[in-house]
Amino acid sequence: MNTVTPTRATRTDPRLVTLVLRLGAPALALVAAFAITSLVLVLAGDPVGEVWSTILSVPETRNLANIINNATVLYLSGVAVAIGFRMNLFNIGVDGQYRTAAFVAAVVAGEAWLPGFLNTLLALMAAMAVGAAWAGIAGVLRATRGVSEVISTIMLNFISISVVAYLLRKAAVAEPGSNSLNTKEVPEGSRIPNLSIGDGPSTEVYGFVVIAALVGLAYWFMLNRTRFGFDLRATGQSSTAAIASGISVKKMTISAMLISGAVAGLVGMPILFGSSFTYGSTFQPGLGFAGIAIALLGRNHPIGIALGALLFAFLDEQSNPLQILVGVSPDIVNITQGVIVLTVVVSYELVRRYGVRLEQHAVARALAAEPAGRRDTSEKEVSA
Amino acid sequence: MRRSNKLAALFTAGILSLAATSCGSDDSGGTASDDASGGSGASSDIKVGMAYDVGGRGDQSFNDSAAAGLDQAIEEFGMTSDEAEAEDGEAESAREERLRTFAEAGYDPVIAVGFAYAPALTKVSAEYPDVHFAIIDDSSIEAENVAGLVFAEEQGSFLVGAAAALKSESGQIGFVGGVETPLIQKFEAGYAAGAEAVNPDIQIDSTYLTQVPDFSGFGDPAKGKTAAQGMFDGGADIVYHAAGGSGGGVFEAASEAGALAIGVDSDQFETADPSVQDVIMTSMLKNVDVAVLEYLTEVDGGTFPSGTTTYDLAVDGVGYSTSGGQVDDIADQLDEFKQQIIDGEITVPTTP
Repeated sequence: MNTVTPTRATRTDPRLVTLVLRLGAPALALVAAFAITSLVLVLAGDPVGEVWSTILSVPETRNLANIINNATVLYLSGVAVAIGFRMNLFNIGVDGQYRTAAFVAAVVAGEAWLPGFLNTLLALMAAMAVGAAWAGIAGVLRATRGVSEVISTIMLNFISISVVAYLLRKAAVAEPGSNSLNTKEVPEGSRIPNLSIGDGPSTEVYGFVVIAALVGLAYWFMLNRTRFGFDLRATGQSSTAAIASGISVKKMTISAMLISGAVAGLVGMPILFGSSFTYGSTFQPGLGFAGIAIALLGRNHPIGIALGALLFAFLDEQSNPLQILVGVSPDIVNITQGVIVLTVVVSYELVRRYGVRLEQHAVARALAAEPAGRRDTSEKEVSA
Repeated sequence: MRRSNKLAALFTAGILSLAATSCGSDDSGGTASDDASGGSGASSDIKVGMAYDVGGRGDQSFNDSAAAGLDQAIEEFGMTSDEAEAEDGEAESAREERLRTFAEAGYDPVIAVGFAYAPALTKVSAEYPDVHFAIIDDSSIEAENVAGLVFAEEQGSFLVGAAAALKSESGQIGFVGGVETPLIQKFEAGYAAGAEAVNPDIQIDSTYLTQVPDFSGFGDPAKGKTAAQGMFDGGADIVYHAAGGSGGGVFEAASEAGALAIGVDSDQFETADPSVQDVIMTSMLKNVDVAVLEYLTEVDGGTFPSGTTTYDLAVDGVGYSTSGGQVDDIADQLDEFKQQIIDGEITVPTTP
């Protein structure tokens, strides 16, 4: 519905066509996801109208705070994955990287070798270093031995679960009456202050949201305004062409994995310094996988990823009211998220093919017009 | 070529993320919708909010046991209730929000099932001082409006450990834990102590299926089967599992090996598949349902308990099951141990 007919499209400014196509894809995806999820609801015999009115209800301030907080975490995960994607590297290991990094940072911050924010800074550096190192293993294996990073990062995820669980038992401080294992708490002076967005309980957003935004900005800058970013994108699009133009693919592979891992190292930091103040057995798992979906949703674009993260966080937040107030299984939220990812992938491909066809039509028409010796393409566009 | 690869990768990612977001909540379809109102004529205006751990109602284990207690309370007192369950990989704020949504919507009391709710409940109970909360498996929260319901899992495990040692012919027994947490270690510690009380030379193989934060060890029968098979192959003839839904695999392995197994939490002889029923020698009972029902009975009587209540052998909060009749011949010895524990003559360790 958001796309235009071929005849009209050829008449309009090609830039406008690109823009419409770009916006059309996600819009198409959301509409399709909406339809498919509704179908699932109907099949399950759930109240469709009530579900959508609950999901689409305006969140209260404290829900809004939760959404922003979760989106911050998801955003970092999405950016970490996207850096790899841009290089055609599939970093599935963000999960293991952030977990290992969060544990190390929690231990460093909990030990508080340095005072105040120096301690925070040290812990953040440690997190980035650990995340980078963990991802770097996969990068080096890929560059030197040709090991697929998909395989090695998945394996590293499992290794990280075991290693961190083992170390956590060593580092955990026992709290009487509690059944969870936790590291020492981050001292108050080293916590990142939250920003209040309203009155009442739990209406604070992570101060880390600012750092996440800076990470997004840095990602955009690196990609679009630096030689390194150009090399990265070039290598991602065609490694043979990159080699031909003198780019060292090995070096790029390792650097991309290191940077992706460093950002992955930050994923758990908003939680560590903003709400939990400790790493323990209930530290949020699975953020790395959510990041893959969000990077896909956001087309690896810094703003797109932010929108994707907000959308996912928004849907997650509606899971509880759906269960309690409407009485619908929370799985419907998972289904919606999964369906959105699939429809986005499909609709981008559809729109891309449509765009290609538009281009082919335009070229064909121009070529057909040329032998007749009348106008060239640009004139045709203007006059027609 | 390159593009199709990339596309394949994209789809893989889509599927992976689907799997990642949807695992751990398989069989929960529509459970929350059946709010049972008014069981047998009795009526009450108490609205109970029930926040389950991952797996929720229908997990054949811990959550189901809590649900059974709630159902009975609804039946007896005519309370109404609504339920919600945790999802694998959710944010801490989601747990808080679940409790808050209940509190905001006028549910009182709100019962949190599982120690994972402890940090969330600490926060939310302070925000809603007029709402009453209960938490199962945690006693770390000190607040006027919070009741901690905890169990002496090590005492019940001691008895089934003693039973295993009495019944074992090879002098080698096994323990399969779901996830290596302090809670499950209590089961292991009690089991080992009980077995050693009977036979100091007994060999005990222990293993855990997964490590935190991977909680899949509580719901993966294949893993349970592999672990138990290894123990049976190694010479063990009785294996005790404290692995929730993974226990089904342990029973299967015992059945194939012609050996025995010990169930956990509820009387699994009654709930297990009939094909493996005869291998279930006994089960360690952790009567979460009793705890929930007792708590709600007090609530129905007009008082909201607070502080920690420990359900141990003395109050039959834990114990062992006798259905199937396989431990009838050693019941005297087990009851003697039980009495000694109640009298304090035996102190059961809580860490292995």
